[in-house]
Amino acid sequence: MSSYSELLKSFEKIRAYMREFYIYGFKSRDGYNSKSSRSYDDERRRIESWLGDHMSFVRTPEGKNVFISIDSRSIRHNPFYNAWKAKSFTDGDITLHFIIFDILHEPSVKCTLSEIMHLIDEKYLSGFDDPMMFDESTVRKKLKEYTEAGIIVTEKVGRRVSYSRAEDADVKDLNEVLHFYSEVAPCGVIGSFILDKEDMDTDAFTFKHHYITGAIDSGVLATLFSAMREKRAVTISNLSKKKDMPRRCRIIPLRLFVSVQNGRQHLIAYIPEFNFFHSYRLDYLSNAKLEDVTPRFDELRAELDRMQDKMWGVNVKHSKWGHDHLEHVEFIIRIGEQEEYIVQRLEREKRVGQIEKIDDNTYRFIADVYDTSEMIPWIRTFICRIVQMNFSNRTIENRFKEDLNAMYKMYGIEEVAE
Amino acid sequence: MIFSELYSAYYNTVAEILSRIADGEHSERELQKIVTEKAFGESVLSIMPSLKNEKWQLVYSDMTTPLEHKPTMPLTTLQKQWLKAISLDPRIKLFGVNFPKLDDVEPLFTSVDYHIYDKYCDGDPFEDEEYIRQFRVILEAIRDHSQIKFEMINRKGNSMYVRCYPIRLEYSEKDDKFRLVTAGWRSVATVNLAKINHCVHYHGEKQLIGHERDVKYDTVTVKLRDERNALERFMLHFAHFEKQAEKLDRKHYLIRIKYSHDDEPEMVIRILSFGPLVEVVEPENFRNLVIEKLKNQKNCGLR
Repeated sequence: MSSYSELLKSFEKIRAYMREFYIYGFKSRDGYNSKSSRSYDDERRRIESWLGDHMSFVRTPEGKNVFISIDSRSIRHNPFYNAWKAKSFTDGDITLHFIIFDILHEPSVKCTLSEIMHLIDEKYLSGFDDPMMFDESTVRKKLKEYTEAGIIVTEKVGRRVSYSRAEDADVKDLNEVLHFYSEVAPCGVIGSFILDKEDMDTDAFTFKHHYITGAIDSGVLATLFSAMREKRAVTISNLSKKKDMPRRCRIIPLRLFVSVQNGRQHLIAYIPEFNFFHSYRLDYLSNAKLEDVTPRFDELRAELDRMQDKMWGVNVKHSKWGHDHLEHVEFIIRIGEQEEYIVQRLEREKRVGQIEKIDDNTYRFIADVYDTSEMIPWIRTFICRIVQMNFSNRTIENRFKEDLNAMYKMYGIEEVAE
Repeated sequence: MIFSELYSAYYNTVAEILSRIADGEHSERELQKIVTEKAFGESVLSIMPSLKNEKWQLVYSDMTTPLEHKPTMPLTTLQKQWLKAISLDPRIKLFGVNFPKLDDVEPLFTSVDYHIYDKYCDGDPFEDEEYIRQFRVILEAIRDHSQIKFEMINRKGNSMYVRCYPIRLEYSEKDDKFRLVTAGWRSVATVNLAKINHCVHYHGEKQLIGHERDVKYDTVTVKLRDERNALERFMLHFAHFEKQAEKLDRKHYLIRIKYSHDDEPEMVIRILSFGPLVEVVEPENFRNLVIEKLKNQKNCGLR
């Protein structure tokens, strides 16, 4: 039986648990579909070890529920980044790491593999009672791994290959920059890694309306950004809500769509097999693998640029024959005296469409979009002043009105005289 | 690859321990403190024991080391790519800093690779020279714990002069705005950065008394009916608050959310946006705010 460690070999396993504890947090141990209760206990213990005070517990008749509760306005660093700093390693990995960088302590020091091997054995390990033995292939593999990570550089003169450390970049002036961007930029966890390195801190920034869950999707996102930069297709696993098992698909990633109002991130991609554009929830994607460069990338992204003017959210209704399917949305609101701020709200919050002034107290919003249903939550925020609506998608319009009636009933509202 | 031991809390902690040993620190208790400060809750059970029993052959039993230099590691390509990406963001001008040389590095992403589709479109003028100058004055004063003074127009449209301690800048990704959190200013605790003018350092001798004002919190309890994926949408939407959910039956959930009292109007419309799937249970005054809006809506004559 393997012993418990707070470190992890694979991130994917913990990703689902962190989401469950943070987003929902009402399930007891029996409510998780893990392979065993031991697996649940280990993952819960790990997360507790990383997140400490942010974990809470509540006792219910079904058992103990574990949840993560964080007011992201009161924290300065995303606590989920800790999970990315919990990668497991072997005793040999850590020993070799510090010895290699002690040998190659500045960029001017250049050593061949055999020189490094000799120094490891004679200078660094010989003083221990039971010295570790590293064979040449292990050290070569480690140097290759570090070369790929960009921290070691190789130089070949004739048949002799020498290794040296890469030039470092001075980030001492970037303390506040790193603190700010590690919270607001995509893949901010990388900024947090740099902050750890320099042990820098500041209290200058906090964040409101700050969704921190995206942090756990940073791994797949970094690969997707690499694919976009290199204009490559990817094969990726997508866990659809309708299926239990993820499905492998080949797609061309085009752009990440981030919501700062509902906490979701989507990838808009093109599916060559079916010749259409599709949006994928980033938190359902995993195991991305870079494929060939695609000559169609620029053309597809230009097509997405064109479609963006009709997207309220992330949905695209674009047939495989290249035809847009658009829906017309129109509604009129009434504002009172001193309520110009409502018109300002319309201007500020609309993403597409136009606003027309009918008279001093009445304004019309008009848009043509791919999916009316994406606009409904926003239109509901104008409840108390909607006087007329006209959607080409009658089903959605009728449902909006039925929902209003259901709300009147739910709150016991009778007919009110004007 | 982001998930790598190169960025791990363990490697960073061991680097710090080795660094302190190089400085002459050999007390196990002192070195154990580094583990408590830099690593995770249960790391004390593994890091020092692994070093002490020579599982990781970096420290001898007398707490000395064969290493000759303080451990350092250059930035990885991934870290440089991310730095390059943020160096291209328009808000970077606010900071007035010089980036390390990254000419031969491709950015991890650029502005065309992602789109924040629901950010409000009246964000702060991050590239305006006066805005940038004021931002830097404030940041410097936060660093030095010194006072600033500025002018602003209040809600009644009158000009007012303010002297205060800037405590921190709060950035809202949704509003794309900075707010300045202050202390020592009696009438207001926070102000939108874009609304202040002529902000300069205050070098006078007048002192200010007062701390950052405590935020007043309220809690709203709602009952959610899980149809049309409402549970997931709601929990994600309100994910950035302190909250607690309880399952009532197969379809219904009770959710309590703690929010700042000042944000009540925003909370009302955010909850309304979920329509009939979310009902405010308590407190009564919050429920009445929703009812008032619905009554007004019923009077709008929408058919």
